[in-house]
Amino acid sequence: MEIAIEFLQLAIVMFASPLLVGLIRKAKARLQARRGAPVFQLYADIRKLLSKETVVSENTSWLFRFTPYLLATTMMLSALIVPVLSTRTTLGFMGNIIALIYLFLLGTFFLALVGLDAGSAFGGMGASREVAIAALAEPTVLIAIFGIALRAGTTSLDGMITRFAAEPLLMLNTGHLLAFFAFFIVALAENGRLPVDNPTTHLELTMIHEAMILEYSGRYLALVEWAAGMKLFLFLTLLSNLFFPWGVALDNTPVALVIALVALAIKLVVFVGAIALLETSVAKLRLFRVPELLAGSFTIALLAVVTAFFLR
Amino acid sequence: MAVDSSFMSELLVATIVCLGAGALGALLTNRSAKAARIVGCGGALLGSIFALGFGLAGLAGGSLRLYFPDLLPIGGAALGIDRLSAFFVVMIAVAAIPAALYGIGYTRAYEGNHSLGGMGFAFNTFIAAMILVPLAQNVLTFLALWEVMSLASYFLVITEHEREGTLGAGWVYFVMTHAGFAALLLGFLLLAQATGTAFFSDWHVVAVGVDPRSRDLVFVLLAVGFGSKAGVIPLHVWLPRAHPAAPSHVSALMSGVMIKLGVYGLVRVAFDWLGAGPIWWGGMILVAGAISGVLGVLYALVDTDLKRLLAYSSVENIGIIMLGLGAGMLFQNAQLPGFTGLALVAALYHTLNHAAFKSLLFMGAGAILHATHTRNMENLGGLIKTMPQTAILFLIGSLAIAALPPFNGFISEWLTFQSLLVSFHIAAHTINLLFTLAIAALALTSGLAAACFVRAFGISFLALPRSAAAGMAHEVEWTIRAAMAALALTCLAFGIAPSLILAPLETTVFDLIGTHADMKFDLSALAVNGDFGWLAPLWLALGLIGCLAIIPLALRLIGATNRRRSHESWGCGRALQTARFEYTATAFANPFKRVFALLYRSVKELDVEFHPESRYFVRTIEYCNEGRLIFEDALYRPLLRAIESVARQARTLQSGNVHSYLVYILIALVALLLLTV
Amino acid sequence: MLHDILKTPIVTESLKSDQPTAIETLAQQIDSRARQRFGRSLQIRQVDAGSCNGCELEIGALNNPYYDIERFGMHFVASPRHADCLLVTGPVTRNMADPLKRTYEATPGPKIVVAIGDCAYDCGVFAHGYGVVGPVSAILPVDAVVHGCPPEPRAILLGILAALDKTP
Repeated sequence: MEIAIEFLQLAIVMFASPLLVGLIRKAKARLQARRGAPVFQLYADIRKLLSKETVVSENTSWLFRFTPYLLATTMMLSALIVPVLSTRTTLGFMGNIIALIYLFLLGTFFLALVGLDAGSAFGGMGASREVAIAALAEPTVLIAIFGIALRAGTTSLDGMITRFAAEPLLMLNTGHLLAFFAFFIVALAENGRLPVDNPTTHLELTMIHEAMILEYSGRYLALVEWAAGMKLFLFLTLLSNLFFPWGVALDNTPVALVIALVALAIKLVVFVGAIALLETSVAKLRLFRVPELLAGSFTIALLAVVTAFFLR
Repeated sequence: MAVDSSFMSELLVATIVCLGAGALGALLTNRSAKAARIVGCGGALLGSIFALGFGLAGLAGGSLRLYFPDLLPIGGAALGIDRLSAFFVVMIAVAAIPAALYGIGYTRAYEGNHSLGGMGFAFNTFIAAMILVPLAQNVLTFLALWEVMSLASYFLVITEHEREGTLGAGWVYFVMTHAGFAALLLGFLLLAQATGTAFFSDWHVVAVGVDPRSRDLVFVLLAVGFGSKAGVIPLHVWLPRAHPAAPSHVSALMSGVMIKLGVYGLVRVAFDWLGAGPIWWGGMILVAGAISGVLGVLYALVDTDLKRLLAYSSVENIGIIMLGLGAGMLFQNAQLPGFTGLALVAALYHTLNHAAFKSLLFMGAGAILHATHTRNMENLGGLIKTMPQTAILFLIGSLAIAALPPFNGFISEWLTFQSLLVSFHIAAHTINLLFTLAIAALALTSGLAAACFVRAFGISFLALPRSAAAGMAHEVEWTIRAAMAALALTCLAFGIAPSLILAPLETTVFDLIGTHADMKFDLSALAVNGDFGWLAPLWLALGLIGCLAIIPLALRLIGATNRRRSHESWGCGRALQTARFEYTATAFANPFKRVFALLYRSVKELDVEFHPESRYFVRTIEYCNEGRLIFEDALYRPLLRAIESVARQARTLQSGNVHSYLVYILIALVALLLLTV
Repeated sequence: MLHDILKTPIVTESLKSDQPTAIETLAQQIDSRARQRFGRSLQIRQVDAGSCNGCELEIGALNNPYYDIERFGMHFVASPRHADCLLVTGPVTRNMADPLKRTYEATPGPKIVVAIGDCAYDCGVFAHGYGVVGPVSAILPVDAVVHGCPPEPRAILLGILAALDKTP
């Protein structure tokens, strides 16, 4: 029974993430006073890409063909660990939040290698910038985790959400809110959204994530785009369920699961709106301003931890 | 399981005999280079295998006492084994066996213009001294073996003395290791004098009674001595010089195990000999660890010499180990023995893991050097097609050192994080803040290490060759590949089934501090502090393999097309796509140079050569962006200048006049008489 | 700014094909199934093979809220590897003939080529110039041509849709 719920969560992440990306694009389009692509556009894109041939560069090696599968794999494995609907996940014991961070880093590592593999200047540039931002975002993530683990008394995702859901008062303090903001900025950086990286840019000199995938085509591109969508979905789910765990199923009754699904949908829609609004109102930061942004988020996370200690 | 003491001594004798045979045999067969090579490395290989057996028997509970009262002054020579020593012997053997196997093929390049007999002799002596150091039970045995180890490694470092810079590197190494030795000597003798005994086992009982000022002084001296061997910043300056200069299998051993003997010393000092100390001891080690971690990887990020990059990365990993040790010391001070054990397990596990993957990486760098005759990453590239197996093995090493699942580095860094995260149980605000900054430092180190090895592997192996030498590379011989494969398998095994080594390690820590570490583990999962943190490495690995297998099958089921076409890289339709368009190692490190400009203080040089007939056409552009080594400029150079000026003043004492020398002798005699009376 | 966003309604104009447009469909490189799939999702790479940039301005206008090419499931991409459709403008100059061919080969199949503007059809005002090789059809197989100097964005849209056998 619990295994079935686990796979239900995996299926939701796998199949709903293109919808999430579509919703963000639609929201941005509406804010720009145009109709925009249909929300199910990414599904059509992926379907079309799977029917196209792949053009592989002569300079590349087996890493190029292996990485899209690895990216999708790490995202699927992460989906098994993150409590999407329920905190009683059977496979959640595989790793705690730190293991999750390192799974994401595994994907980034290989994607950066692929950027270098093609032997073009664009890929190398994208790889260099991507690992720089990932490295600089690490301290923020871990200090934010420390902050919430302090209050929850555990680093396992199931345990943290259970504790917060059971004692809502734990969340009503500035430290928690500060940790949320720090984590949100990191989520923007890791997923290549404005103000760190513009996902719709065509100028290679402004690209970070896109530059590494310029060589991909066909099924590889489909896998990479899908994995990127899943990463965004997982980050937003983490943000919703970890910091606002209202509605998460604490036991596995059908009623609780339906409530959890509805609650998750509502929370994600709120995040979609927030991200669309943010992306429409800010411009992309100059590349060497991004470390300043990340340093700012680090300070916020540090403040979150310090308040946790002093207000114990 | 009680292992017979005579069995243990038999194993030890077998080890020493093999290594001795290797050493002497190499010298004797010096005439024939091939024989010297095979005898030297073969003896080392056999001896290391026996050492592995000896260490494993020691971990299982075997004991040994060897005492030679007349061999050395102040207590004779005493050797004995306990679980901690056995763990380090196992670690040395795990790195030495592949290194010796590697050496058989690798040293072929030295035939003809180097003395392979001398190399074999020094190599075997080096391994023997390293194996015996953890077994030493009193001051002079320890120091004598330490010195033998340093001397043997010095001679190995200067093997390629005809190469520019090697002798200078050897000289810096020689001076630093003896400065550390002086600190160790002073510390040991002070402690021996204060406790009245030179035997380590007695110190455990008596040292707590020594007055705090002396204990502090001894701690600082021993920490400096062991820290300089380990390569903690700011005592690290010899590492990036000596490790690249040595032959690759020696670099692997030096970086993989020799610096860990500094860690061994620190563990002994903090948890065995001196007992629990004041807070600033642990705090100092924690801060040193954090600084070494971050600065080590920052220096590695901007280096274009592959072996020097690996040497700086060793400094970084020593920093991570120090973080675990410092945390353990602080927990011991706060009387939280479960967490002390946890931090110690994390630190020691990382020591073993680093020995495995750093040796693998150095061997890979040696293979590259062997095939392309260059260590400069700016001249490499495209090796994944010409050296495919070396590439995969180096990739495994890079994944392990970047602490990525499913390899061993991930487990030990996860454990280190957990031991830092549980620090909130200590109820002191300054300690909490210190730990918070330590967590931030560890996270930054970890992220930067991943970036560093994306660069190291990516630039060296991927895309097109950047020079003719890289284009003509070929795969290395089977002994080299076999040695690397053994280490890669070890990395994978320790990453998937860490309980294999966690069980004996936990028992070791229990022997050392008397309580169990606050962790539970079985074959598939481990848990820290109840349910504070969970990890199931075996399941993660299975999940990775499972999903990797499912996705292509699923794609085939839904009818995704399989057509593939090969074409050139997309370069905006440019006609000439050469290797010059690739990203360079210097360019890759540019964002880091900009962000951490304060630490690098790099000096940018740009030389543009114009066409003689017109300034609108450019012939060549040369861009050089070297970082300056701040520790050398700020710390060592003034110190050396001060020493030099003092020496110059002292020169006036050496007047050459016999009469003034007689006066000096008289003054010294009178002073000694006054002191003793 | 938020105030402006909230006040402005959606200004996208619906695409009417009642006014005459000069569009020709020529070759048919791809089969009907591919055309059906591309009808839902088409990624376009624009290649300037030597144009005066007049057509580029009109193509650029496709991204604005009035013409909004995204509502048809199409959008522009940065790399031909990601593209299904090449939008080529300008007479093919000598320097751009080879890069154009390389771009076409870098695009994974199935793919279509739409030539925009009179110059792309028959070199327009630049015909017989010393730097011009020929029209786009001399280098690549063209699926559809949109006449005009420059053609309106509406015509360009209809031209792309015609190449996919789709009506708006």
